[in-house]
Order: sequence, then structure tokens, then C-alpha cells
Amino acid sequence: MKLLLKHVHLVDPAASRNGEFDILIEGDRIAGIGRGLPVGDARVVELPRGLIVTPGLIDMHVHLREPGQEHKETIATGTASAVAGGFTAVACMPNTDPINDSASVTQFIVKRATEAALARVYPIGAVSVGSKGEQLAEIGDLHAAGCVAITDDGRPVSSALLVRRALEYASMFDMPLIEHCEDPSLKGDGVAHEGPVGGSLGLRGIPGAAESIMAERDISVAEMTGGHVHIAHMSARQSVRAVQTGKSRGIKVTCEVTPHHFTLTDEALAERGGYDTNLKMNPPLREPVDVAAIIEGLRDGSIDVIATDHAPHHADEKALEFDRAPFGIVGLETAVSLCFDRLVHRGVIGLPRLVELLAVNPARVLRVPGGTLVEGGPADITVLAPDAQVTVHTASFRSRSKNSPFDGWTLRGGVAATIVGGRVVYINDAVTGAGALRSTQR
Amino acid sequence: MSTVTALRSRHLLGIADLDPGEIELILETALAMKEIGTRPIKKVPTLRGRTVINLFFESSTRTRMSFELAEKRLSADTLGMTIAGSSVAKGETLVDTARTLEAMAPDMIVIRHGASGAPHQLARSCRASIINAGDGMHEHPTQALLDALTMQEHKGRLRGLRVAIVGDLLHSRVLRSNALLLTRMGATVIACGPPTLVPPGLDRLGVRTTTSIDAALDGADVVMMLRVQHERMHGLFLPSVREYFTLFGLTPARLERAAADVIVMHPGPMNRGVEIDSAVADGPWSVILDQVANGVAVRMAVLYLLAGGEAEEGT
Repeated sequence: MKLLLKHVHLVDPAASRNGEFDILIEGDRIAGIGRGLPVGDARVVELPRGLIVTPGLIDMHVHLREPGQEHKETIATGTASAVAGGFTAVACMPNTDPINDSASVTQFIVKRATEAALARVYPIGAVSVGSKGEQLAEIGDLHAAGCVAITDDGRPVSSALLVRRALEYASMFDMPLIEHCEDPSLKGDGVAHEGPVGGSLGLRGIPGAAESIMAERDISVAEMTGGHVHIAHMSARQSVRAVQTGKSRGIKVTCEVTPHHFTLTDEALAERGGYDTNLKMNPPLREPVDVAAIIEGLRDGSIDVIATDHAPHHADEKALEFDRAPFGIVGLETAVSLCFDRLVHRGVIGLPRLVELLAVNPARVLRVPGGTLVEGGPADITVLAPDAQVTVHTASFRSRSKNSPFDGWTLRGGVAATIVGGRVVYINDAVTGAGALRSTQR
Repeated sequence: MSTVTALRSRHLLGIADLDPGEIELILETALAMKEIGTRPIKKVPTLRGRTVINLFFESSTRTRMSFELAEKRLSADTLGMTIAGSSVAKGETLVDTARTLEAMAPDMIVIRHGASGAPHQLARSCRASIINAGDGMHEHPTQALLDALTMQEHKGRLRGLRVAIVGDLLHSRVLRSNALLLTRMGATVIACGPPTLVPPGLDRLGVRTTTSIDAALDGADVVMMLRVQHERMHGLFLPSVREYFTLFGLTPARLERAAADVIVMHPGPMNRGVEIDSAVADGPWSVILDQVANGVAVRMAVLYLLAGGEAEEGT
């Protein structure tokens, strides 16, 4: 079946497109992009002015929890959450149970993702067996089974030698090493950012340097090996500086930040009665100067990617004392709204840069298809509604978990529809005109 | 006299939530309660028929006994629950524990917990009044109130007092609550300890910090010594007991820098020869046992005021 998106506003910076185009979709592929494409036998869809069509968004840092922690999330619920958040693809972290350190786990994830048939899922394999930091996992096998990167996320690779060997070995498969940067001794048993707010609340601190020390080490090892290191969920101003310095010296380093780290500061911990465990994440919410450095990095290009670090936890687990509750929040269904509200509408970045951060660069870092729409390429498309008024209701999240600090927030900007492989997999009925895509749903 | 006649909140979670008028009200009420302790029959029917649960997730002798005595002197029905560690140890969440207790319809829950903020989390899911008897490294409001009462009794005022607080500042809920209360009431607080044990943000509370005990004691009207836990004495916070006592121990010689009528306080339990010399602990400056006596009176006042400040009919 053919579908012609007529006179849509396409923002596709990798193809230098930002304007009105027709997009012809045939089956699961893009058959043509241009102006005044012949209709032929295609079904024509026109979208209201104001909606923006982009290459499918890619979240390169999510925890889908399956196998092993299905009470938090499954691949089916996680990918449903992804497409509701405008993401046509996600890359999932290996800290499942068992850890994704072998091809059999990777194959299981790929199979489950195929069954769910929503967002594309790119598994990320473990660096070391059991993510224990001792012995290299079978990275070649993981690669062959479908892994696109390696990481021991949830914890850092504590030995510099293992980082070296992992970067050297993974370069054979052109896979990046994604690092959760945290010096274990400086982090200690901290639960919140080390600063005046955490101090006044009596919460044990995690200093920004716990992150940047590890980032600096990894950048040095990347320089030594020529390998590609990607710094995950960066939160501290010192880390932004470390990445900027590394890039200026030509070292292969890229990095990501999360929407919560550019939206919230640690001041939130003292609000509304205090100690909301949905504000507990690792790395922690930091001070206004850190948020300012991150926003500047998003503006000036030194930060490559926005990723959610979507970390579902069951309500019972978050109902514990702040010290004991697990780290992490869900993020797939609020990311786009936070990006619009906090970055685009405040003039920090424009639409092309937004698409770079959410689609172009994640595809480049992971060396996966997408990030731009090309003839013959997969028809993975996101339709954004920059001016939609969105009120966050965690209860209606598609994710199995509701651990978000943004419940009740009203934000400007959201998702209208999500198309994966030519199939409309999500329509937001609250957005006027998005329903035009409905009859194309199969 | 305080012009305030009631507390705004039905919980006492921290000094941070009290304004100066409320602090004055509690201290004035405590003075009246103290008189009860001097009678031959030390019991009034004020809280008859009210139920108070003492929920201690951390071992505590003096605070728990002080609360129990306060509750009994006010004729409340009390029951104590000591849960080693956390509710998690039994596979129960804090909220579960709260709901279980709620089902027993208590009027008040006194909670001591090793995690900062646990009373605040409990307050969100409970109808009963929550009294914080110490949460992690955060606050210990009744301790600060009993300290203030003791200072006021000995000095006749809080405003303008120069108070030195010396010891492990980082892990101390006593420091945090005292700093909040004293700065709010117009006293000057100088905090002193090794840099490894100083929390961030003390300046935001209006507290000056120094590493010199001599500078801290200079002209001090009140010296409050904080306990240093033994497990922090050897390793990365401090090299040794010996060196700690040399640098920060309170001795009669050091006290000579303080005001002539200085008083010495300690929330207890004391480590003699670690943070305080016995000659000071047992000397004429020490008001440590007055603190204990005032603890009961302050807790009676808090219980009474949170119960609505209404005496039962017929009293």
C-alpha cells in the first residue's frame, strides 16, 4: 500500500530539508521525497499546518527490564511507551536479569521486540561478563546477535584497563562503548547531589566530580586507543567541560543528557513536602550552574544526544525511604514535551537542532539506520505538535511504571503520531488533525 | 509572651517548619509542663483517651524514654514499636507500616528513623500527627527545643547569644535543628569541626564555620559538643581519637576563652576523652543533666500542642 503525506512541514537536518515536502511511503520504505510528487494510486494524507514531520526519533538509553523484571516493564509495554513518546526506535540497556552479556539474551530481546511490533529495539550488550568488570563479554557474538553498542550501565567500568581492552576490542565491530561515569569511592552511599540542598535535607551527597573524574579517565583512554566512548546521562558541569576539551583535541567522544537533568535542579527535592523518591535518580539532579552548563552544551553543539534513561520502577519500590528507594525515573512519554517546553520554546535551540539531538546523532553514535529520511530507507517518521498543550498524567502512561516527577505538569509541545516501517503505530487524538492518519492504520 | 496560641501544622517534622512565634509558644508551654514534674503526683489527665505510638527504627534509649515519660505524664495511652533497621528488612514498605499503624487509629506517631525524610514521607500518608524524634542526618526538632529551653533558663534569652557547636557536623541532625532554631531566634551560631565532617550549605542557614575550636569558643555563651561516632574515628574522616581530642576536644583550659558564665551542653551519649574532657562534663559549666530534664517538659509541650492544645474537660 502507498501513502502520500502531502504538503507536510519536514524538518530533516541531515538531508538539509526544512520546509514543505511530499513524502511517499510504499510498504515499509520511503519511496520518494520532493515537491509535487504525483499521487498515482497512493492514499493522500494532509496534516494541519503547525505539525512537524521528522525522521523517527531514537532514544538511545532506555531500560526495558525484560528479561527478569517484568513487574517494572516489558519489551511490549516499553515499546508502547516509546511510540507514545514519538520514538520509533530505542536502544535498551543490558542490566536485565540475566544481564545481556550473551547472544542468547540478545536473541530473546530481539524476538520479543519483533512480537511487540511497535518501536524498533536495538539491544546494547554488556562490556563484561555479568557486568562484573572482570572479563570481557563475547562482544563479537553480541554484535552478531544484534547488539549495537556495549556498556555496563548501572555501574561504571571501574578498571581503566578494562575500558582500554573493551574499546580496542569493540573497534573491530565499530561499536561504541557507552559509559555510566561514576567514581565508586566518591559516590559512596550517596543518594542526592552533594550541595546545599542535599546538605540541608540531610541526604548523603554525590559530588559532580564523581562523574567528571570518570569521564576524564574514559576520554583519555579513548585518546590512547582511538576508540569511541559515549558518556551516558551527563549531569555535571565539569563533565560538559571534559567532553568539550576532548572534542577539541579530536578524540572520539560523544555524550548524552536526559530531559530531567536539563529541566530540574536539586531544589525540587525540598519542594512539596520534600523527599519525593521520584526525584531520586543516578546521576542526581544537580545545581542550577550544572543545568546552565548542560543547556549551554545543548545550544553550542557540545552535547550530541538527548536520551531519557527511561528507568521504570514499581510503585512499591519507590514507596520506600528516600535512602532505600531505587534510582531512576521513566522518561519516554515526557521527553518530547520537555524538549519543546524547556528548549525550543525558550529559544535555546531550533527545530533542526532538536531533530539532531533526538534522531540524527543517536543514529550516528549507534551506527543504526534512520536519523534522516532517504529514498529506499525505512519509513520511520515522527509527527510532532510543537504547540499542543500537554498535561502529564502518569496514570495514563503506556509504560508499566509511573515513576515520574512530572505528573500534573502542563507543557507546550507534544507528539501527534508515530510511524514505524510505514505503519502508523501511535496517534495522539488530543492533537487536532492527527486523526487524518487513522485510516492508514492497519 | 508569645502572641501565637497554636501551631499551624498538625505535625512536628522539623524546626524548618516553625516560625519564631511557634518556637516561643512551645518553650512557654514547656515551662508550664516542667512544673508538673515537680509535683508529688506527676500526672495530669490532659491526653486521656489519646493514643500515641512510639515507632523507633533506630535504637535510642534517652529519646524514647523521654517521649514515653512525657506521654505518661499526660495520661496518653502509649505503645512502642522498635523495628531494627528498616521496615524493608521485613519486606514491608514505609507506607505499608504507616497504613498498618493507621488502622489502629493512633492520634500521634513519634518516629525515629535512620533515613532522612522518613517522617515527611509518613506524614503524607497518615492522618495521625507525626512527631520527628530524629531522622537520619536531617533534623531532631525536640532536641533543639530542649536545648533552647535550657539556654533560655540559664541565660534568660536566646537573642544575641553566641553559641559554638563543635564536632561531627556532617552527620548531625542535632546541629541542623539547633542551627535552624537558634538563627531564627536571633542567636549567633559558630559551627566547628574538621573539614571532612562539614556538610555543604551551612552558610545558607546563617551559620559561620571554622576549623579552629579556639576561634569558635572565643567569647561563647554556650558551647554544645556533638558526639563523634567511633566508626568515624579510624579511617577516611579522621586519623585517630588521639588527634581528634588534641584538635577538637573540650578541656577546661580551652574553655577559658569563652564567656565567664559559659554553659556546656551535650545531646548525649557522651564520649568522655573523645570530644569532651570529664573535667568539663562534670564541671560547673555543665548543664547536661538539665537538658535531660527539659527534654521531658518540651516533649510534653509538643504532644499537648499537637493534640490541639485543649485540656480535657475537668482538668
